[in-house]
Amino acid sequence: MRREGSAFQGLGVVMLKELSDHLTSVRMRVLEWLVVLVALAALYGAIQQIKETTAEDPFLFLRLFTTSREPLPSFVAFISFLVPIMAIGLGFDAVNSEYNRRTLSRILAQPIYRDALLFGKFLAGLVTLAISLISLWLLVVGLGLLLIGIPPGAEEIGRSFLFLLVTIIYSGVWLALAILFSIIFRSAATAALVALGLWLFITFIWPVLAGAVAQIVAPPDPRYIALGLQTPATAMAEQILARLSPSTLFAETVVALLDPTTRSLGPIYLSQMQGAVLGAPLPIGESILIAWPQTVGMVASAILLFVVGYVIFQRQEVRA
Amino acid sequence: MNEDMVIEAKDLTKNYGKAVAVDHITFTVGRGEIFGLLGPNGAGKTTTILMLLGLTEISAGEVSVLGFNPAREPLSVKRRVGYMPDTVGFYDQLTAADNLRYTARLIGFKKAEREKRIADAIDRVGLAESADNRVGTFSRGMRQRLGLAEILMKGAQIAILDEPTSGLDPHATAELLSIIRGFKAEGVSVLLSSHLLDRVQSVCDRVALFSGGRIALMGSVAELGREVLGGGYVVDIEADGAGLAERLALIPGVSAVERTGIGKLRLHADRDVRPEAAVEVVAMQGRLKYLGVQEPSLDAIYTRYFETRPDEGMTTREGSRHAA
Repeated sequence: MRREGSAFQGLGVVMLKELSDHLTSVRMRVLEWLVVLVALAALYGAIQQIKETTAEDPFLFLRLFTTSREPLPSFVAFISFLVPIMAIGLGFDAVNSEYNRRTLSRILAQPIYRDALLFGKFLAGLVTLAISLISLWLLVVGLGLLLIGIPPGAEEIGRSFLFLLVTIIYSGVWLALAILFSIIFRSAATAALVALGLWLFITFIWPVLAGAVAQIVAPPDPRYIALGLQTPATAMAEQILARLSPSTLFAETVVALLDPTTRSLGPIYLSQMQGAVLGAPLPIGESILIAWPQTVGMVASAILLFVVGYVIFQRQEVRA
Repeated sequence: MNEDMVIEAKDLTKNYGKAVAVDHITFTVGRGEIFGLLGPNGAGKTTTILMLLGLTEISAGEVSVLGFNPAREPLSVKRRVGYMPDTVGFYDQLTAADNLRYTARLIGFKKAEREKRIADAIDRVGLAESADNRVGTFSRGMRQRLGLAEILMKGAQIAILDEPTSGLDPHATAELLSIIRGFKAEGVSVLLSSHLLDRVQSVCDRVALFSGGRIALMGSVAELGREVLGGGYVVDIEADGAGLAERLALIPGVSAVERTGIGKLRLHADRDVRPEAAVEVVAMQGRLKYLGVQEPSLDAIYTRYFETRPDEGMTTREGSRHAA
């Protein structure tokens, strides 16, 4: 049975309305200021640190993103911390607020499908996040130019731009998760709490837990322990488990993109290192190849979370 | 399909798991008619409405709205039908006009047409002065009126109103009902649901009384009254004149004459005996001050119907739990 008309009828209208809601909301204002202040602090720390190092570095500009100075974490660390909070902040009441304001049945009685409503909300959230991240990126690049005084090379700009793209994808994962919870839970507060709880678990607890679970799944070989080495099977299991978390995927992608000397994101055998000049930077294309699986993984998890939410939303009763 | 019928439902059924919310209901709504779905909360009225709009799946049966099948052609149905849900909600942070603008864009009206339609609609429901106020400041009655403005703006051929008068004060109810009568005057068919029988009695051409997911009774209020209340007519007369009561009792069809006050008589008859009664009073040279036939009240019909069928009264309560 084919439905009549396009599933995306009204998509643009919904998106523009949600976008204007986001951009004018107090919530967004707060999140933006939080991000800007935190980024400035991290940047200041990084620049202080960079000014003290005299060693020649062909990728000085990229150090802006990754260098940290105690007690502040690096810009990248801040971003990976704040982006999920921003995304959850924008998405946790996407659908349940329509129920609670009793607007859902009125809007769905207009000639549009539910698809347009949900997809419009997701796109609006993503565009909002993209706007904030792009302005933040421009801010950092501009300040870096002014404060370091060395113009970045084309490759550095390219790498930092890819970092921006990956960050937007990463925010999409959390946005899809937040919208999923906004569909499942009728109460916005519950949705926000569950999303934040899951974020804490995935980002801070899961990496530790992955190690413990890996020990059970693939017990370490006593012979390796005697040599003081990690058992390859255990290391592999730990990595596979850790990569279930989008935070891990994002961290690995960022390392590959912003540190050109990264040659692998997992354990590799010595035989694979034959002929490699250690510490020599890789061309940007090679770095992209290294980061590719992780990036695809993030896109896939965003799509998966959105689809789960979509299916649940389609089956929900309209009445509150 | 019949050209004069805008909604035709046949054996419409909705199950939630094993619970039956709507059980094989069949009804039609004619063009320009005000049709009332009446019944207690949870009797299946809202579920029926959502099925008509294609907003919930139909378990069994057939329904046609303006010739379209809401399950397969929901966009065509929703483009032509206006819907005001129970306790309609708007975006509080937007103005009344902006709320309608959003809906108008979703419908796909072009800018010039949009603005004209919105201004007209808001004006017709008497919200012109509040058009640029945020809906957050609106009272419940104003929100309901804005809901009707949305339907007007849409230019709908059918207006489906779910509990339009619930929670409103008598004044706001009267205003709302007069707007609803305005729909009829323009040839817009109206399907409204309510659990407040007396309030909507005055506007409905025909009603369907719901009970436990079924239509227990359907027809005009007068028809139902005759059917349920035993077909008796009650005529009140206020006139003076000696021996009037005795003469009136001789009118064919009058079964009893009752004295209800000084110069006031009540006739129980099996037909409308007003003309004959008037003739009698005039013939006696009495002064006729009042002559009227009592309209049957829906409340009385409803109460009487379920008094005589206690079993179905039980299913009503049963059904309400399932459908709630």
